[in-house]
Amino acid sequence: MAKMKALVCRECGKEYPTKAIHVCEMCFGPLEVKYNYEEIKKGISRKKIQDGPQSIWRYADLLPVEGPAFLGPHAGMTPLVRARNLGAYLGLDELYIKNDTVNHPTLSFKDRVVAVAITRARELGFETIACASTGNLANSVAAHAAAAGMRAYVFIPGDLEAAKVLGNLIYKPNVVEVEGNYDDVNRLCSEIAGEYAWAFVNINVRPYYAEGSKTLAYETVEQLGWRTPDQVVIPMASGSLLTKIWKGLHEMKTLGLVDDVRTKINGAQAEGCSPISTAFKEGRDFFKPVKPKTIAKSLAIGNPADGYYALKATAESKGAMDMVSDEDVVEGIKLLAQTEGIFAETAGGVTIGVLQKLVKQGTIKKGDVTVAYITGNGLKTQEAVIDAVGKPHRIQPSLASFEKTFKMGKNGGGDA
Amino acid sequence: MANMKVHIRFPEDKIKEPVIYQIGHEFKVVTNVRRADVRETTGWMDLELTGESAEIERAVAGLRKKGVIVDPIELNVVE
Repeated sequence: MAKMKALVCRECGKEYPTKAIHVCEMCFGPLEVKYNYEEIKKGISRKKIQDGPQSIWRYADLLPVEGPAFLGPHAGMTPLVRARNLGAYLGLDELYIKNDTVNHPTLSFKDRVVAVAITRARELGFETIACASTGNLANSVAAHAAAAGMRAYVFIPGDLEAAKVLGNLIYKPNVVEVEGNYDDVNRLCSEIAGEYAWAFVNINVRPYYAEGSKTLAYETVEQLGWRTPDQVVIPMASGSLLTKIWKGLHEMKTLGLVDDVRTKINGAQAEGCSPISTAFKEGRDFFKPVKPKTIAKSLAIGNPADGYYALKATAESKGAMDMVSDEDVVEGIKLLAQTEGIFAETAGGVTIGVLQKLVKQGTIKKGDVTVAYITGNGLKTQEAVIDAVGKPHRIQPSLASFEKTFKMGKNGGGDA
Repeated sequence: MANMKVHIRFPEDKIKEPVIYQIGHEFKVVTNVRRADVRETTGWMDLELTGESAEIERAVAGLRKKGVIVDPIELNVVE
């Protein structure tokens, strides 16, 4: 029996075949993959996983593909860093950073979801891949499509920064700059996805694409020695990542890979785009869409598709949500870099900022085993910190000038 | 005949207006509400519009003109 049972509507429960569809025809609710856990349980074990490839595909039994991995041989299995310095600074005994700044090939967690989406798209017979993106997703789709030898269309807003456009053009997909604002791009892409027989990774193959995020949960548990953490802090854009980490943790329990899930799921947003965190803090079960205005552009989704489900997962886990200002985002990036040597993009600054806030509030306690998810590399958003990192020490090319600047003693070790 | 699935939101001052009825009268489209949550101060609907493509476009523009916010059924797809 196949490991995938069906696509199932998250609202009304109606089931559909595992094709490239994403909306329930009955109630228009979103679809997600339903698995045959009884069947999967017969073949999965900790040992089988540990003997698997050093990538997301060691968890292939829990990913929505039928055949062998087609793409992403190096995606996933990123380091789980024991953050002793940052932990000491924050007052946490056991803090870890799940470091997807070094995920392959494009240095963000999107390589996980795109590898899964394109592998599934190939199984479903698609020859063209597409996405609508302002950053990490576009990079990942363009790179994977190049590696797969598939045609790709990447839709971007007309006002995207030159460096980000270059990051896509280098892989030579069809980069389509759409004149108009974010809403115009959004609507056009939804229409195009309905019109052409393409695999639009975050539209018609979204049920498969989103499942790739579960690997962050599986890896965390395995790297912790088959333990679930007490607390996790997850950045939220659409909210999908948070819901899938929650799903992944529970699947491990269902399959007997861990005894229990006691993890509290905490969500992080920037103040300039915090529809989900605001709803949580105001005690609402629905969010009010916003117009994003934040430097954390990879999290700037004002009307998040999984916002409702993220609220639900956080409530079920008895976790929390919070948001931080853009200034705190920059401070968070600097703090992580200066304590752990990890340079995160702005989403990482949001995660560290909210982590800090939750510790100060007493929501995350000293003894809690805590994991913070850092989802993208700082080299992608250097403009966010360019005015906040100071300047190099400029000296004359002489020993005297150096020693004067650094007030060197006889044994060295001076500071400017 | 074409059809379009949209997610619409009502600002607080539009909650009491019979917008769906009006759109069905002003444009040659069939409106079919599949899911909705309308409360005192906020409301949304998942709506299907069926008709000629150009007429659906006009109906969407008509909804916007009435102050209703119209998004694709998938909400934000630009990530």
